[in-house]
Amino acid sequence: MTDLTKLTLTEARDGLAKKTFTSTELTDAFIAAIDRANPAINACVMTTPEHARAQAKESDKRIAAGEAGLLEGLPLGNKDLFCTKGIRTTACSKILGNFIPQYESTVGQNLWNAGAVMLGKLNNDEFAMGSSNETSAFGNVVSPWRRNGKDGKPTTDKLVPGGSSGGSSAAVAADLCLAATATDTGGSIRQPAALTGTVGIKPTYGRCSRWGIVAFASSLDQAGPITKTVRDAALMLKVMASHDSKDTTSVDAPVPDYEAALSKGIKGLRIGVPKEYRVEGMSKEIEKLWDDGIAWLKAAGATIHDISLPHTKYALPAYYIVAPAEASSNLARYDGMRYGLRVPGDNLTDTYEKTRAEGFGKEVRRRILIGTYVLSAGYYDAYYLKAQKVRTLIKRDFDNAWANVDVVLTPTTPSPAFAFGEKTGDPLAMYLEDIFTVTVNMAGLPGMSVPAGLSSQGTPLGLQLIGKPFDEETLFRAAQAIEDAAGRFKAPGNWWMKG
Amino acid sequence: MASANTSASATSSNLIPGATGDWELVIGLEVHAQVASNSKLFSGSSTQFGAEPNSHVSLVDAAMPGMLPVINKECVAQAIRTGLGLKAQINNRSIFDRKNYFYPDLPQGYQISQYKHPVVGEGEVEIDADGETMRVGIERLHLEQDAGKSLHDQHPDYSYVDLNRSGVALMEIVSKPDMRSSKQAQAYVTKLRTILRYLGTCDGDMEKGNLRADVNVSVRKPGGPLGTRCEIKNVNSIRFIGQAIEVEARRQIDIIEDGGTIDQETRLFDAAKGETRSMRSKEEAHDYRYFPDPDLLPLELTQAFVDDLKAHLPELPDEKRARFVKDFGLSVYDANVLVAERERADYFETVLGLVKDGKQNGKLAANWVINELLGRLNKEGQDIADSKITPQQIAGIVNLIASNAISGKIAKDLFEIVWTEGGDPAEIVDKRGMKQVTDTGAIEKAVDDIIAANPEKVEQAKAKPSMLGWFVGQVMKSTGGKANPAAVNDILKSKLGI
Repeated sequence: MTDLTKLTLTEARDGLAKKTFTSTELTDAFIAAIDRANPAINACVMTTPEHARAQAKESDKRIAAGEAGLLEGLPLGNKDLFCTKGIRTTACSKILGNFIPQYESTVGQNLWNAGAVMLGKLNNDEFAMGSSNETSAFGNVVSPWRRNGKDGKPTTDKLVPGGSSGGSSAAVAADLCLAATATDTGGSIRQPAALTGTVGIKPTYGRCSRWGIVAFASSLDQAGPITKTVRDAALMLKVMASHDSKDTTSVDAPVPDYEAALSKGIKGLRIGVPKEYRVEGMSKEIEKLWDDGIAWLKAAGATIHDISLPHTKYALPAYYIVAPAEASSNLARYDGMRYGLRVPGDNLTDTYEKTRAEGFGKEVRRRILIGTYVLSAGYYDAYYLKAQKVRTLIKRDFDNAWANVDVVLTPTTPSPAFAFGEKTGDPLAMYLEDIFTVTVNMAGLPGMSVPAGLSSQGTPLGLQLIGKPFDEETLFRAAQAIEDAAGRFKAPGNWWMKG
Repeated sequence: MASANTSASATSSNLIPGATGDWELVIGLEVHAQVASNSKLFSGSSTQFGAEPNSHVSLVDAAMPGMLPVINKECVAQAIRTGLGLKAQINNRSIFDRKNYFYPDLPQGYQISQYKHPVVGEGEVEIDADGETMRVGIERLHLEQDAGKSLHDQHPDYSYVDLNRSGVALMEIVSKPDMRSSKQAQAYVTKLRTILRYLGTCDGDMEKGNLRADVNVSVRKPGGPLGTRCEIKNVNSIRFIGQAIEVEARRQIDIIEDGGTIDQETRLFDAAKGETRSMRSKEEAHDYRYFPDPDLLPLELTQAFVDDLKAHLPELPDEKRARFVKDFGLSVYDANVLVAERERADYFETVLGLVKDGKQNGKLAANWVINELLGRLNKEGQDIADSKITPQQIAGIVNLIASNAISGKIAKDLFEIVWTEGGDPAEIVDKRGMKQVTDTGAIEKAVDDIIAANPEKVEQAKAKPSMLGWFVGQVMKSTGGKANPAAVNDILKSKLGI
């Protein structure tokens, strides 16, 4: 039998439908793959094989009975930011300790209701704060990709899988699950997807319910999938998205059949190319990637238009005010009183201080401090209020652009995957990873990263598509055109597999 | 909005004398009123009082990871009803903010509250105090979450937390600094409580902490610039509000007159010691880092929603009082007594509905409700809600008086019987032969007998007509009080020729 783990989500779906294999066989293949790969990759912070096998068994019964859901019997990974009923959820932070939720996130429930199988919980940057998965309490996630040295030969440098959804991107890239859930506050789906040759979409703010997802920055957080192909992402998002009365920021609008949109092509689609994303010092290979993308879309029938998004340069600094501000408040509930870690102190204040100092990692503490500072009396107007104004201007930039274009095309990241430690000493360099992705969150728009080529080091690069609010369908169409032209990118070999 | 400047000047009667002359008090209040609702402001948990600790706590109330608030529409409606009852501006767009601070009874680490954009804006309350009618301005009303409760007496080393109250909806009603005496402040809270109870938006139960006040007090020379204020937190009875203001004013005056200055600070009132104590200074004040709650969209109200609430608002005490005076000829004083509690007014109106020719007999019915029933209940330490005498029984008595079946005096005896034994007043009167004698023949005979037996009194009465009273008394006595007093009067007058 072929290696079932190499299948895409939709291929596996079709295989199950044709009864080429069973969900139990598929699930067992992934459980075995995780066992062999996780020591090297560290994508899973908890595996749930018994749970997965039980779900697979039920799925096989439903498939036999002709009652298959949209994701029936398909094994997925679930980012540890999604609360899972009866299964430890930590957001990869020490402060949640062995927290076991009594509830399932709405997005998770949508997946299980559609028949999906959960293989385990995936690693991420602590509280989704990071761009390299180096801030997790469970340690770094290692990308299955390796870069070439100056001599053109592969090195053994351990590369980051991007962040914060590094466990999701690495697991999908290393064939440890068919697809994975992820979340994106400033690029945490798209950047890891770009760095691992996978597809990631952050839908419009309000498309997916945030209920049951550990909050980072409420006005920016959105769930979305990381997958092997554009088609897989279309299927995943169809199931993940829903209106939820428990999240008043979720939007009551019908969820279209994204997969059906893929075949529509992009003839006449107007593609905007914003000049402000041509940042100073941009590498030749990123410029070439972008030009390739433009050429492919044009060849597929789209028209290309130069546009201006004049407030782009303010997006990153404004983001690093809004996101930490909200985080500083969202993370106040981790106080050692009701659940998670408590480090006893001499008195209440001492207990708070010890608990939070030990429970939160360095990057989380840094962001809480930034957020606390920008909300403080006397600074609020200069920072938070101004950042919100910038946000309005960024939104307006896009609103103006939509008069002339349907989709905006940019690179996803300014550079390819880097090795561990290369940016940890310089938070600003790390924050610059998000330079092309944060505008999308600030404006609440859908954004998608599609693999589009390899860097000179032989590592993946992604192109970003930005769409109008709730127009994910058009993003999928454009993404399909890029995928058709660029092909798929798989990490060579299988060095991460033991035994 | 009508200005509240009617209150801004102090009358000489409410100035406080000091060693350096008179001082004027300036008082503003922040009243926290628990919204009457079945469930909490942002969760479906019950708001029922007195449940087992932590039995009304949802995942949202306990601030579990990933939980989100969802606004309770009924709490919003209650806030709007209250705003309408305070003749206040309703803001069709308001915003919930987060007030950030750490405390174990605050699971989220922030309280969701409206800061810059409250749901209700300026309004006013009319009060009667210090012998005058005045208006107290309302600055704003906003919705916020209550915190849980810390229990410090359950364990030698630990404090416990009960989250039943965590997330219950509160209305914070902020007055303008329009009050100039403790009496005015008390009258304001009393009136506010009455309005809330009429509206059914807060039960006003101060013992349960469902209505409590933060009292801002400062003193100044009459008409001078405002002094530095101190805020007395969480005063939970109207009596204590008066006491706290008095002792705090005296404390501030003494400090200033001794050459000191007032520090702006938060203080606590200790009722047992009759003093206020410093709780925290301005320097120690929290920086709450308010910002709009990103989990909640701005609260947008349609005008139709507000209009519908307005159309279904109950009659409020001021309007009810005006109607009682106009339609039933009640005195303002009596009307005030009746409208002070919605239950009283309702009781009175029920009685009136059962009285024949209710409109003409309004005054009579009011007298019976106020003087006999309320007087008696008060004496027994009972509330009108506990009254074992029904409106039907009071109406029965009033009807017997109005139809001249019994005299006022007999009516009092009848009330006593009804109070102690119960029963239908008309039946009691029938069975016990208490009916008034209106048969003029019988009365004439009694009058003739009295006149015949007391010739010298007859002479005296002719010289001094007020002696009539003595004769009336004698006739009533001989008829066992059942003679119709008006008939007795008439017959006596004609027979005596006075």
